[in-house]
Amino acid sequence: MKIKQIVMTSALLAFLPWGAEAAEGRLLATGGATTTEGAAGGGLVPWAVISGYTEDDEMGGTVALTRAQVDDYRLDVTAASFSYKNRFEISVAAQQFTLENLGAELRQQVFGVKYRVAGDLIYTAMPQVSVGALYKRNTRYDIPELVGSQRENDWEAYIAASKVWLAGPFDRSWLANVTVRATRANQFGLLGFGGDLNNNYDVRFEAAAGVFLNRSLAVGLEYRQKPNNLSFAREDDAMSAFIAWFPSKRVALVGAFLDLGSIAGAENQTGYYLNLQASF
Amino acid sequence: MNKLQKSFFNLVGLACMSVLSVAAVPGPLAHASDSLYDALGGTTGIEKLVEELLFNVAEDRRIRHHFMDIDVVRLHEKLSEQICELAGGPCTYTGDDMVKSHTGMDVTRSDFNALVEGLQLAMDDLNISISAQNRLLALLAPMHDEIVGR
Repeated sequence: MKIKQIVMTSALLAFLPWGAEAAEGRLLATGGATTTEGAAGGGLVPWAVISGYTEDDEMGGTVALTRAQVDDYRLDVTAASFSYKNRFEISVAAQQFTLENLGAELRQQVFGVKYRVAGDLIYTAMPQVSVGALYKRNTRYDIPELVGSQRENDWEAYIAASKVWLAGPFDRSWLANVTVRATRANQFGLLGFGGDLNNNYDVRFEAAAGVFLNRSLAVGLEYRQKPNNLSFAREDDAMSAFIAWFPSKRVALVGAFLDLGSIAGAENQTGYYLNLQASF
Repeated sequence: MNKLQKSFFNLVGLACMSVLSVAAVPGPLAHASDSLYDALGGTTGIEKLVEELLFNVAEDRRIRHHFMDIDVVRLHEKLSEQICELAGGPCTYTGDDMVKSHTGMDVTRSDFNALVEGLQLAMDDLNISISAQNRLLALLAPMHDEIVGR
């Protein structure tokens, strides 16, 4: 993981000066940030936006590093995406979840695809609508199996709708996103998929709303409903309050307050979230 | 407080009150200060804005080819009229409709966004408020479909 992070950081920095070569056909911030699962969106919720700034025939992508730290746990993510036109995105994320009290860790890989099926974030009256799928794979399955998970790999599917109003309330630009996801994941999949309480797909709702204070600075909220499949510990919904800064089309920085509720018996897990994304 | 100071303060107070009461009167004056046309600096401000936009466009390698063989003076005039009218100013747009004026230009989605960015930079340079910027962009954005891919 250390070596992988060094490689990712180097890649991230190497892409920064490549301004002239990078995809730039879309307006600032329209590729969103990188979620913990690698897909473009906010932090917790995948949005209908396609990663990076690819428009018309452009190819591009992103690399990102994320850290989420709550009371008893830490999540580190390295992620990358490739996008083609303002249409298609593939993504990959490697997650390492540290149980600080136990000195143990969980690991998951997430592979994603997303396809914009209709609408445009800014220019159409209807929202931009995308469909996506995530394949999640636990690469260490000892703890999830112990707590009652039924499978170590699984698919999720989602549909997302995003819309920006250029001059919304207070003459500021506003964004809203609604995502509906079919999932069996326990704690985002970090504790496997399916459990003794429920082993079927649940349909969960997720939402995000934000306002741009200016072109490069946005604040907002995200909410993510989650299944509750395991009897050993209750699982809560997750939420965040974020601030996102897009100093240029090359780089974005997101900071957030996180409330993940109860995780594996540890109550009231709150903390911070940091995400650095480079686009090319 | 002596008598002179007292009368001075009375005078200032009176002046303040009359300014406030004028500002509070609803009517053409109050309404005008709320208009986008005024926020953009009126006709002069809009003409300056379009000038800045066209300078930005001329420097933008992504889209300057669209503006090579055209009458820039006429474009400046028509675009200024159009923005003035959209912003609620006392102008009438006398140019062609958006579909007709862009047919054959093959404007891409990237080109349209590049023009938006040129306008945003021009508005930044002229210190136009974020509110006014957003209101103007919201008025122009619906033209996307009439302009792109013609």
